Order: sequence, then structure tokens, then C-alpha cells
Amino acid sequence: MKFAVLVFPGLTCDLDMYHAIEETVKQDVEYVWHTEADQLDQFDAVLLPTGTSYGNYLRPGALAKSSPACKQLQAFAESGKLVLGVGNGFHILVEAGILPGGFLRNQSLKFRSARETVRVENNNTAFTKDYTQGQVLTLPVANEFGNYYADEQTVEELKNNNQIVFTYANENTDGSTEAIAGITNKRGNVLGMMPLPERAVEEIIGGTDGTALFQSIMNNRGEQHVN
Amino acid sequence: MSINHEPTAEQIKENRLYLQMGMTDAEYERAVEKLGRTPNYVETGLFSAMWSEHCSYKSSKSVLRRFPTEGARVLQGPGEGAGIVDIGDNQAAVFKMESHNSPSAIEPFIGAATGAGGIIRDVFSMGARPVALVNSLRFGDLTDPRDRFLFEEAVAGIASYGNAMGIPTVAGEVQFDQCYSKRPLVNAMAVGLLNHEDIQKGVAAGIGNTVIYAGATTGRDGIHGATMSSSELSIEEEQELPVMQAGDPFIEKLLMEACLELVQSDALIGIQDMGAAGLTSSAAEMASKAGYGVELNLDLVPQREENMTAYEMMLSESQERMLIVVKKGREEEVIALFTKYGITAATIGHVTDDKMLRLLHKGEVAAEVSADLLAEDAPSYQKESKEPASFAKNQAIENTEPQVTNLKETLLDLLQRPTIASKEWVYNQFDTGARTNTVLAPGASAGVIRVRGTNKGIAMTADCNSRFIYLDPEVGGKIAVAEAARNLVCSGAEPIALTDCLNFGSPDKPEVFWQLEKSADGISEACRKLNAPVIGGNVSLSNEVNGVPIYPTPTIGLVGIVHDLSQVTTPGFKQAGDAIYLIGQTEMEFGGSELQQMIEGKIFGKSPAIDLDLEATRQQQLLQAIQAGMIQSADDLSEGGFAVALCEGTFGSQGLGADVTVEGSAITALFSETQSRFLVTVQAEQVAAFEEKVQDAVKIGTVTDGEEIVIKDAEGTVLVEGTVEEFQTAWKGAIACLLNSED
Repeated sequence: MKFAVLVFPGLTCDLDMYHAIEETVKQDVEYVWHTEADQLDQFDAVLLPTGTSYGNYLRPGALAKSSPACKQLQAFAESGKLVLGVGNGFHILVEAGILPGGFLRNQSLKFRSARETVRVENNNTAFTKDYTQGQVLTLPVANEFGNYYADEQTVEELKNNNQIVFTYANENTDGSTEAIAGITNKRGNVLGMMPLPERAVEEIIGGTDGTALFQSIMNNRGEQHVN
Repeated sequence: MSINHEPTAEQIKENRLYLQMGMTDAEYERAVEKLGRTPNYVETGLFSAMWSEHCSYKSSKSVLRRFPTEGARVLQGPGEGAGIVDIGDNQAAVFKMESHNSPSAIEPFIGAATGAGGIIRDVFSMGARPVALVNSLRFGDLTDPRDRFLFEEAVAGIASYGNAMGIPTVAGEVQFDQCYSKRPLVNAMAVGLLNHEDIQKGVAAGIGNTVIYAGATTGRDGIHGATMSSSELSIEEEQELPVMQAGDPFIEKLLMEACLELVQSDALIGIQDMGAAGLTSSAAEMASKAGYGVELNLDLVPQREENMTAYEMMLSESQERMLIVVKKGREEEVIALFTKYGITAATIGHVTDDKMLRLLHKGEVAAEVSADLLAEDAPSYQKESKEPASFAKNQAIENTEPQVTNLKETLLDLLQRPTIASKEWVYNQFDTGARTNTVLAPGASAGVIRVRGTNKGIAMTADCNSRFIYLDPEVGGKIAVAEAARNLVCSGAEPIALTDCLNFGSPDKPEVFWQLEKSADGISEACRKLNAPVIGGNVSLSNEVNGVPIYPTPTIGLVGIVHDLSQVTTPGFKQAGDAIYLIGQTEMEFGGSELQQMIEGKIFGKSPAIDLDLEATRQQQLLQAIQAGMIQSADDLSEGGFAVALCEGTFGSQGLGADVTVEGSAITALFSETQSRFLVTVQAEQVAAFEEKVQDAVKIGTVTDGEEIVIKDAEGTVLVEGTVEEFQTAWKGAIACLLNSED
């Protein structure tokens, strides 16, 4: 399986994602600089790391949306292959209209770095099959705009389609609607989440609760393909 | 063509306009004499910037020479962007600490952010990948709204820059004292890693080679920043200060990636950050270090504002800019490399053989000065030094115990002192886990990051107890280094080298200069005894508000090696039944202690004493015990003394308590700040081996699963008893609580 870590300028944690693939599923993984996104169709999955794309100017993820690479990302997502966006990568997926909703500044109005307990609300996705339903994970978060917002109608749809994949289990510190921590698109081939599973794949750096997410991708990559 | 309103060389001399640029009469005369003519406006600007304390160290050079800078591991000592030490396996650690105090006193968010940005550039300009950040901060005691504002904004500023760069902040310290009210200290340290063959230097060598400018465009921001940083701050004058430079970490991230790619190219000759005094210092220093000259055509400098003069361009401190020298004929590929990252780069000049810094602007020679004269021939002052009267007075005071009636209440009060309380409010704003190598994040004794691909770690810490240095600069200087080393040892690391940030008042005050000299002596001796040379640093003088100097604060940034990551140790207790040991005797020493400040509202008397031989022995024994796997948890005893360290051991555990018995006077046993002491826990089966290894260790109690802290005296009388939760709640929420108070 071949993974692309798609790097928009300012997405600083490309390395974390790259190493998570090497550490967990040990598959081919390459950095793809945003100007080379026309090569995405060579890959089986696209990973959007966190960071501060385009300096978070205007809104987090807003400028990445106007980049030519975003069209190629949209096309990749429409092809049914898997896309994972974490942190600022989640912002980009939302700004690009690939995932619904929006983001507000954290309730504390400050950048917040912490370990959060996260509940698996739907283990029937290509990203979460290796977790058990209701499993509570400990994952790091590091963001200033982690406060996911969706209006009532969107929440209704997310719920009806089982698109809410992760919620904050103990405390919803940043104030997300319905304590949402991660969602998929309707088709289930695109996951966006604020917690950072790629930073939880080794005991030495504080835990391995993110490992099963990458293993799920590996084990279930074919299931969302539409031919 | 715009009309040039700049004063002529004659007007500058007649009207002594150089005074406004921070030059003295004598310095101006020196410039005239060495130059052989009166300098024009641009040239006077070059002199004033390069001869400022910030760039020339003219007042502190004599002191800096005292530091030991050599060692088997040292690959690059002071004098470059950052120092470099060998860490084995053909790898090296690159690091430096720098102050951004003056800008942070005025615009704390921007000032602190650009401080982080500048030190990161210093590290990647050496060819190293920055992998971790550390900071050391000082503020007034948070009772004043302005100090709360400075604190909140400076922390947010550092966070904004480091986080956006994707470099984790893994260690740091914050202390609070009224002496820093409205004059905060913001010291930032960056640590990088490189392979030996990638070491770069800031040199402009090889006649005809090309000088390239890369990074953000040049604007009118920060003009004369270096001069401003070297002067005192009077609160009324704040409005008149020049426009401050603002940073953009987005540009810096791209610039960093481009520079690190360039380092792999054989086209590169030299590279240096445009830091203080911007284009002037980078061009003059690169030429001077290499023994060549540089000619720049300022018309080619990428500019963000119209009609900029040569003077403005040379003295701008716009951020995120690098000066690069590449082999002639390789310009295009280098510029293409920067363009790929969206970074502006332009050829602006070339290397010459005449050792001059020559600036062309609009077809004319705007300035022509020897590069050595600017970079090397700054005046050097042996400032007057005088022992302050307060020193003898303090030395004459007998050691006494502060009056304490309720030990438990006192402990609770100490835990809520912002200097002792949890710094969670601060470090939760830092991205501590980026790059997925953070083994120990803030909250432990030191930060530890893994060196990927090895089983080694780099440990780092910052420390300085300025109260001890105020009472006794020499002893306090020793303590600052020793305490930083204790932090590393407790984490399982061997200290290898340090950087310092010498934050002091005005060197024109003989008493301040005496503090500088004496503390440097103390630091130097401790460096020798603990085998950690000084490989770089920074001097920040004139930290005064309305003529009152801060406590002398020579911050130490210490780096060490963890030889095996399984040896990484934390202060938190690990399991019930483990024996608790105190290493080191406790004396009645309260001069400059947190308890003295809290009870008396001031500090006085003698600083705690320190015996560096004893210190070194204990540190070696403890480190060997840790490396041999005998130790479950380790912490050094610092502010607040034993009782605070005991509490912290339980806070860092999963639901454990402690039951201990102390000897002698309770107040001294609990709160004295006697040096060279450690609190460690040891598993029952390791006790015999441990006691043999660490001679000064005394068993004082046991880790319990009762979630209670009980401290008894030798007769069995309970001195302090309470739940871990009540102590922890006090400690954890104190800073947030102070910030939410309104007045």
C-alpha cells in the first residue's frame, strides 16, 4: 500500500505522519509537496498532517482551499480512496467542503496542548475497524481552533449517517458541538479528526492508542472503493 | 528621485547627532580616527549598530572571557550563530539561548514571538534541524495588571511562533518577583541536531562569490533595535520607541526548509541570520570572519516599502531574513530552490578582496567601511566594578528561621506561590509533542527528546535563581549551573555543555558590573567542576525600569545526553512500598528562599552555601545509580525545599502518597533551600545496592497507596498531614487563579 503525506506550505507535522506509517504499518510513504499534487492518483491513501497551513491566515485551512492541490485532493476523495486529515488537515478538509461543519477558536481562546480521552463512536469505518465500539482512547491534541461547530441540521445528518466517529469522552474542553472529535464524509472514505493518532504510536512518546487507526486503514483499504 | 534629507557628515559631527543613535562622544571620535574621516549618515548608523552592546559585547567581553569554552565534545564554541557539541555517532547538538527582553517589555506578544524566531534561525543557520525549544521567563509577581498582561501575552507569543514552526517546546521555567515588574525577561533557547559534515559557518569567502538575500522583504521595522535593546527603559518613553519588528513563522518555516535543503548543496559557502542590526551585522561579520570584503547593491534588496534609504535598509530588523554566500555561477539554482518554497531570494552583491563593506545605492557609494572595523574593532570597556554595600551587610546577618506557626498552612501557601505552583497554564499552550520524539515534556525536571534512529536522548533545561545571585553573585552563579545540572541528572542525563543569557542591569553602575563579574566567576567554576563548558550565549544589559536594576539573572541553558532512553527518570513516585531517600544534609539556610520572601516580603542574609566537589560527587553517584536501574523516581530540592519536592513526587504519581520522618528543626527540614539535595525513591530489592552507591542518602520514609502525605518528626509527632488532593489542588490552580483575579 502506498501512502502520500500531502504537504501544504505550513503543515509542519508531515514528519509525524510519515513516521507513524513507518512505525505502524511499515508501508511505502512519500511526502507530496502541494505543487506535485497532480501525482496523487498513484497513491492508495492521502494523509493530511497537522500544522499551520499558510500561517492560518484568514481562517485555518481557508487558503489551502484556493490552492490547485485542493482540487486534486477533492478528486482523490471522490475516487473513493482513503483520506485522513488530522488537526489542521481536518480544517482543510472542512474548508474544502469535503467534510461538513466549521471551526471556532478554542473556548479558552488559547492554543491547547494536552492528552484527551476520545471515545470510538463508530468502529464500522475503514479507519476504526481495529478498535472496539465504545473504546476509550488517550490521544494528544495540539490546536488553537479545535472547537468543531456544526448546525442542528448537519448534526442530525451526521448522526443519521453514523458519520460521528470520535467524541471527547471525559471533557469537551474546546467546546465542540456534541463533543465531536472526528467525523467522516457520507461515503466513509474521508476522516477528519482533531486528536492526533500519529503522535500515539510508540510507548516512548506516550502511548500507542493511535496505532490501530493506521492498522485499520491498512486492513480495510479496499472496502470503500467504488468501481 | 527622492530628496535626501539625511544630515551631512559635518552636521552629524557638529550637532552630535550620533548621540541619538546611542554612540558616545568617545566612540564617535574612535570611529572618525579609525576611518580617517568623518563618517556619513549611513556609516554612522553602521557604527552605532555594530558597536552597540548587543552586537559588540563591548562592556561584557572582559567577563565573557572568564568562561571555560573548551571541551572534548566542543565542535563550535562562542562566536557563531550557535554552539555545537558532539553527541557521538557522527551527530552533534547545536544550541543557543538568547534574550528578547526589551521588545517583550513593550509589545510582549510580538517581542516574545520574534525572540523564538530569532533563536530558531540561529540554529538552522548552522546547518542544523531545530528539534526542541526551551524558554526561561521572569515576570513581576502578577499582582499588577500590567505584569499579568506581559505574562499572558509573552507566553502566547512564544507559543504562537514555536507551535507554527512545528518545533516542540519541551522544557522551561518561569519565576516571578517584583524586581521584574514591567521589565520581564524572555529568554528563548533552541536545540538542533546535525551530522558533523553539515556544519555551516557565517563566512563570506572567495573573491567574486555571490551574496544572496533570502527570506522576507525588508521594511522599516525594527530600525535601531540593537541600540534600543542596549539601553534602559523608562516607562514614560515607551511611546517614542521605534516601530517594532513583527515576525511571521509561516515565512520562517519555509525559509528553514529551504535553508536546510541548501545546506546539502556544495554551492553554499556561508550562511548567517540577519538578526540584530540586520543586513549590517550579517554582512560585516561574514566578511570579517572570512577575511574578505563584501560589496552590496542595495537597489537589489527586496523591499516591502517604497523609497527606503540605504540607512533604513541597513538598520532594519525585519524578521525571517538570511544572508547567504554561494559559489559564483550557482546563483540560479540557489534562487530556484528558495522559489520552490515560495521564498524571495535575490543576488545583492559579491565577495571582494579589499576587506571593505561597500554599499552601493542609486548609483552612488552610500557607505564604505572596513568590515573588521565594524565587526572586530568595537571599543572594549573595562567597566568600574564595586562591591555593593548591601553585600557585606547581608553577609553579616546570621542565618535564622522565618517565623512559621502552622506548617501545613505554610506548605499550602508555598505550593500556591506562582514560582512554585504548576506551570501547566503556561506549557499547555505549547505544542510539546510535534516531531514525535518528546520523551519528557514540560512538567518533568528536564525535557528529553529522542534522537531518532538511536536509543539516545538529548536532555535540556533552563535555570537561574536570581535571588541567590542578588545576595551573593559568586555563590549564586555556582548554584545556577549546579541546579541546572541537577535537573538533567534527575532525568537520567549526563550534562555536556551550556549556553547562557546574562540578564543584568546597567553595566555603568559599578555595583551591577560587580554582580556580572562575580556571577561569571561562579558560573565558570561550576562549569569546570561539573565538566560543562559554555559554548555560546547572549548578554542583555540595562534591564532597568526607572533606574532600578533587576536582580542579576544569568540564565543557564544546559544540555545533556541520555545514553539509553530506558534510563529516563521522572520526579513522580512509582509504586507503594518504595523507600523514600533524601540525599544530602539539610542546614538552616533561608537567605533568598521562597519562604523568606513569602513571610518577610523581602530577601536578606546569606545565600545557601554550595560545595561544588560535594555537588559533583552526589550528581555522579546519583546518575550512576539511575543508569544502573536502581532509581524509581528522582527530583532535586529547589524553591520551597523538601516539603514541596515531596508533594511534587505524589502529584506526579498515579494515586500514591508518602509517609516520612524528618530530623531536626521542622521549619528547616521542611522549607530550607540547602543546596545539593535530592529526593529519590528506590524499590525494596535495590535498597542495599543503592545505599552502597550513594553515600549521602538517608532513608526517610515510604511511598504509600493511601493518597495521603504525612510528615512526622523524630518523636513521631505529626508535622503535616493532608490528602494529596488538597495539596495538589492548591498547586495546580494557583497561576490561573492569580490571572483571573481582578483589580
